[in-house]
Amino acid sequence: MRTLKFLLHKEFKQIFRNKALLPMLFVVPIMQLLILPLAADYEVKNINITVVDYDHSTYSQKLISKIIASGYFKLANYATGFNVAFDDIENDRADFILEIPQGFERNLIREDEQQLYIAVNAINGVKANLGGTYLNRIIADYNADVRVEWIQMPRFNLFPTIETVSTNWFNPTMNYRFYMVPGILALLVTMIGAYMCALNIVKEKEVGTIEQINVTPIKKYQFILGKLIPFWLIGVVVFSIGLFGIGWLVYGIVPIGNLFLLYAYLSVYLIAVLGLGLLISTYAETQQQAMSIAFFFMMIFILMSGLFTPIDSMPKWACVMTRFSPITYFIEVMRMIVLKGSEFSDVKIHFLIMIGFAISLNGWAIYNYKKTS
Amino acid sequence: MDTVIHTVNLTKRFGDFIAANEITFDVYQGEIFGFLGANGAGKTTAMRMLCGLSTPSSGTATIAGFDIYKETEKIKKNIGYMSQKFSLYEDLTVLENIRFIGGIYGLSDKQIKEKSGQLVETLGMKGEAKKMVGALPLGWKQKLAFSVAILHEPKIVFLDEPTGGVDPVTRRQFWDLIYEAAGNGITVFVTTHYMDEAEYCNRISMMVDGEIKALDTPAKLKQQYSAISMDEVFYELARGAKRSE
Repeated sequence: MRTLKFLLHKEFKQIFRNKALLPMLFVVPIMQLLILPLAADYEVKNINITVVDYDHSTYSQKLISKIIASGYFKLANYATGFNVAFDDIENDRADFILEIPQGFERNLIREDEQQLYIAVNAINGVKANLGGTYLNRIIADYNADVRVEWIQMPRFNLFPTIETVSTNWFNPTMNYRFYMVPGILALLVTMIGAYMCALNIVKEKEVGTIEQINVTPIKKYQFILGKLIPFWLIGVVVFSIGLFGIGWLVYGIVPIGNLFLLYAYLSVYLIAVLGLGLLISTYAETQQQAMSIAFFFMMIFILMSGLFTPIDSMPKWACVMTRFSPITYFIEVMRMIVLKGSEFSDVKIHFLIMIGFAISLNGWAIYNYKKTS
Repeated sequence: MDTVIHTVNLTKRFGDFIAANEITFDVYQGEIFGFLGANGAGKTTAMRMLCGLSTPSSGTATIAGFDIYKETEKIKKNIGYMSQKFSLYEDLTVLENIRFIGGIYGLSDKQIKEKSGQLVETLGMKGEAKKMVGALPLGWKQKLAFSVAILHEPKIVFLDEPTGGVDPVTRRQFWDLIYEAAGNGITVFVTTHYMDEAEYCNRISMMVDGEIKALDTPAKLKQQYSAISMDEVFYELARGAKRSE
């Protein structure tokens, strides 16, 4: 225990003296939490639309103003013909073309039926997809409005219609920040844990001080604990700043679930992530190597974590892969406890799996860490 | 005289390459044992085996009476080591480094305090005690590293080219420290490229291509090779080397 005290003392001194590391540990996560959730928004806005109106009627005008008034679309051009409009798409000035045929108003009133033509620039798949849905929805709405105006509704509707009304549970205003902030926080804690831990140990290898440690009677577990404990504590502090300082104060996200449960999970999670850092450090000889290896894992973990793309919509094999990324579980648990108020029984499996990760990653790292060559 | 290092046919192979080939020698308590050889002769490899940093491929050895295979942790308590690379923490102060190393060797707070005071005093570093080690000149760093390596009063101290890149005056002072340590009963095992330093040793061994080619006192070696200086002895022996750099 006495040896550990000296190791910790030394480690904290070095961490707090490192003028490059401290800002990395505290300022960078805060900045990212302030910027990322605002930018990483799934809603598609500012879709440029070019309208080709061959009808020039009151009704076509009404439709156009309804589309623009929705707030999702911006009128890029009011074109005289389809070819002109297509130029806009080719030159990336427009994402959508709406063509209103001649006789739109007349046919709508007389024949009760009319067709519209929409052309979509599908290079940005998400924009095209969501924009198309929005546009269809607006036109359907418009259609309903027209009907109410023109057709005398019988007492009982001849065509039964089903309308759906949905309620958003756990995030009533569908605020993306509620969804993103806990996820991004989970990500930041992971990166700090794995990177810092790996780089710190590899630095001792590079400088040669680890050689000195290895000729002393320090036990493997003492050395490893001396590295894990400081970064574990830093992880907890950064997480708390993110959760309360940024999540609560800035974004107004009040954790609904049990905080003790959340921190218990964080504790286990940090051990697992630090184990990953430790494992990387046993394979890397230089900080550059450690960075490259860590970056490779982080890239996969982040993209497959379900933070930016829902796991449910991934192909089957990818779904299986996401189960091997510890971040996936932490993001799930974060969202469950913070937004939904889940209980221990709900996250029991998550706990077991994370303990498994912690034991296997650290076990592997300890096995691979050698005092002698 | 007590034997503190005893090796028999100690060998280290890296694949096909034999870095140290069947090394057999004894080192006695309190002596300054010079370990000489050209670059790449296998000195560092041999020393790393003796310190328990590297497991031998074959052969046997006991260090301070402990087996090199089974009792490495006990060996580590009884030796000090100063590597080629400077291995104190540059971002800790002189006193913090002493405290850290003392602490992990199990010295009590009182002992650490006493020893730090003493050490800073003898090295004439009172003014620098609270300075970061990284800011010290190389010669001072090396003297500090040596003093820290023998802080826990080990039986043997291993020095791997401790005076490389150090000016002659500081080298002299460094050797004074070595003599003082030897006088206190600490066996000094030192590698060097400076032949004047070889003359300071009680006995020296010459390593060529991973093997020990000669082992005796400097005077007897000079006689044996009818040379006037250790320089000549070194050339005579190292000339036959097939491995270089």
